[in-house]
Amino acid sequence: MTLREAYAGVRWYLREVSGESAYDRYVEHMRRDHPDQPVMSRRDFEQRKMRMRDENPRARCC
Amino acid sequence: MRTKSRTRSIVIWSVVALIGAVAWGVIALVRGEQISAAWLVAAALGSYAIAYRFYARFITRKVLGVDRRRATPAERLENDIDFQPTDRRVLFGHHFAAIAGAGPLVGPVLAAQMGYLPGTIWIIVGVIFAGAVQDMVILFFSMRRDGKSLGQMARDEIGPVGGAAALIAVFSIMIILLAVLALVVVNALAQSPWGMFSIAMTIPIAFFMGFYMRVLRPGRVLEATGIGVALLLLAIAGGGWVQESGGAVADFFTMDATTIVWCLIGYGFLASVLPVWMLLAPRDYLSTFMKIGTIVLLAIGILVTLPVMENEAVTKFASNGEGPVFAGSLFPFVFIIIACGALSGFHALISSGTTPKMIETEPQVRMIGYGAMLMESFVAVMAIIAASIIDPGLYFAMNAPAAVVGDSVQSASQAVNGLGFAISPGELQAAAAAVEEESLIARTGGAPTLAIGMSEIFAGATGAGLKAFWYHFAIMFEALFILTTVDAGTRVGRFMLQDTLGNIWKPIGRVSWKPGLWLTSAIVVAAWGYFLYVGVTDPLGGINQLFPLFGIANQLLAAVALTVATTLLIKSGRLKWAWVTAVPLAWDAAVTLTASYQKVFSDDPKIGFFAQRDKFQDGIDAGQVLPPATSPEAMQKIVTNSTVDGILAALFAALIIIVILDASRIWIKAIRAREPLPSTETPAEPARIVAPAGLFWTDEDRALLAEAGGRGDGAGEGGRFSRDREEAGTRT
Repeated sequence: MTLREAYAGVRWYLREVSGESAYDRYVEHMRRDHPDQPVMSRRDFEQRKMRMRDENPRARCC
Repeated sequence: MRTKSRTRSIVIWSVVALIGAVAWGVIALVRGEQISAAWLVAAALGSYAIAYRFYARFITRKVLGVDRRRATPAERLENDIDFQPTDRRVLFGHHFAAIAGAGPLVGPVLAAQMGYLPGTIWIIVGVIFAGAVQDMVILFFSMRRDGKSLGQMARDEIGPVGGAAALIAVFSIMIILLAVLALVVVNALAQSPWGMFSIAMTIPIAFFMGFYMRVLRPGRVLEATGIGVALLLLAIAGGGWVQESGGAVADFFTMDATTIVWCLIGYGFLASVLPVWMLLAPRDYLSTFMKIGTIVLLAIGILVTLPVMENEAVTKFASNGEGPVFAGSLFPFVFIIIACGALSGFHALISSGTTPKMIETEPQVRMIGYGAMLMESFVAVMAIIAASIIDPGLYFAMNAPAAVVGDSVQSASQAVNGLGFAISPGELQAAAAAVEEESLIARTGGAPTLAIGMSEIFAGATGAGLKAFWYHFAIMFEALFILTTVDAGTRVGRFMLQDTLGNIWKPIGRVSWKPGLWLTSAIVVAAWGYFLYVGVTDPLGGINQLFPLFGIANQLLAAVALTVATTLLIKSGRLKWAWVTAVPLAWDAAVTLTASYQKVFSDDPKIGFFAQRDKFQDGIDAGQVLPPATSPEAMQKIVTNSTVDGILAALFAALIIIVILDASRIWIKAIRAREPLPSTETPAEPARIVAPAGLFWTDEDRALLAEAGGRGDGAGEGGRFSRDREEAGTRT
């Protein structure tokens, strides 16, 4: 594995785990499965995500 | 070709088994001389590898019958909210971050009073046969039911009584958990301007991160977290400057325990009513990052420095039950105190709900459910190592309650000698000075001890000059993620309360109705705040009174989870495999019920809450003041606390008995029925996603992909495809 690939792998993992890539996945999902519907802007998407977390809290364990 | 790889596999696994066996042999047989922590690490890793490869695989294949041709809820119900097929490595990270917390760090530290051996054995054996099994089995059953929660499954499979008992168990464990964890934080921060300043700074840092991710650069989590971590390290260093300056700022951040309690209560309320983007979400990112980072750092530190165990393998407290850290003998209390690192009922709440909605393919429950719990157990092993490499004299001076060790280095030294260990006043003073703390005496709760152990390990790698920094780094990291658990737990508790009360009076169930939100938040905060306050002011010492209750509550929840799992196995006609969850259930019930029984009925006032109550009530009636109380008010306080704690212990025991009895009614019905009882599983649908079962792609995985045509993500109707990038690259 080259250094470049390692960097790309780490970056990919961090983006996925932190949820930073969620918007990209959302856009991809909408284009693929619902091409007729409008796609939210990133700002709106992130706000909706936080609203959702507001309404469905997740427990953190001990 | 096949036989060649088979031979190689046999050789590899024989070597792994041999390493594990040799390590266990060394740990078990070496007496009277100190051993290296490396043996504990080797025994743990060897055992995990064997368990994961053989036992977990046996459970997934034979007992659960995972079926990779069956679509998971993530695939069937994919939306852009919660049902999302997620890469196994990413989901492992999510799941581990959600289950790992302060429990596996604190419990083993307290259990070290009985020596490192009993704790280590239970952490490793317990996780293999109970903890990881529970997490994986619940994950599987929830996945087959579109991600139903543990409470729902208890109601559906056992009945309304079992369901209600499960709900009460969940709520009460949440309250006790939050109180005990907050107590750990308070004990670590009291009279420490360095620690208090660093932790206080996390609030403005979180606000800034929240603002950044919401307004400045929406959704740029990594940038915000990077900035947050940098600011956090600055805050830790800044704490040192504040403490050294000794001026008004230092005085402001030097708080006594009760003041910190009120701060925490106010903070908990605020965090529960503010929108998550402001405080909770950014803190969560920060603490997850710190948590994983520090655990990795600790593992590297232990492997690099390979410290030697100073603690005895088994201390006399294991048999005489008179240990100062917590009372009671090895059985059942080691199993109660270790809690999360070996078997944690709380994990069943994570394994049902969020994680099962994100699994790509069924066999991955092994890696996610079983694997993540093995990692948690390894964290617990590291914690017991960190607590056992420090001088036992220092360990007891730090962990015995103030009532035992007094408040000066002389009294503490004397008390420790009385316990049969040795440390001089000068050594105690030097230990505190080395980490730039005023005093380390009666710093109960486990976090400061762990921080001392970690600072020793890290300083072994970076030089003794950084010891104080590492100590406060460790304190900070524990406090940070305990507070995150407190935030999140208060919110979850509030939702449960809103949900339950909403059945009685509609408006309160509405999430957006502000007065309802404030009221329910206040009730939840008041509930854990009460126990926290009581714990901090308890003349007998809060940790040794409350931690066993927390352990009992957690093991009680595990009993509920294992009962649900056993019920499901029996109902689906798999009686011959029911032992997989029934044996851990029997063990867990025995431990928890024995502990509750002793806590309720023991004649020894050190162990039994009601015996304790009677002793001090008799004292009040006779007009006496009994030590450790120093005033009639303190006597009254002990009586009240012991009564409340005793009632709780009795309630927990009653809940377990109700759940198991109610479930056994179903077991008998299911065994008598000729056919399996009606299934609550979602009907099977064929899977289109092909994903590897474990961490790496195997020949079997590739064959499955090839069989399906090996097409990319754009596979046509009915085709199977992989979402995996690596595989997409190698495919034709």
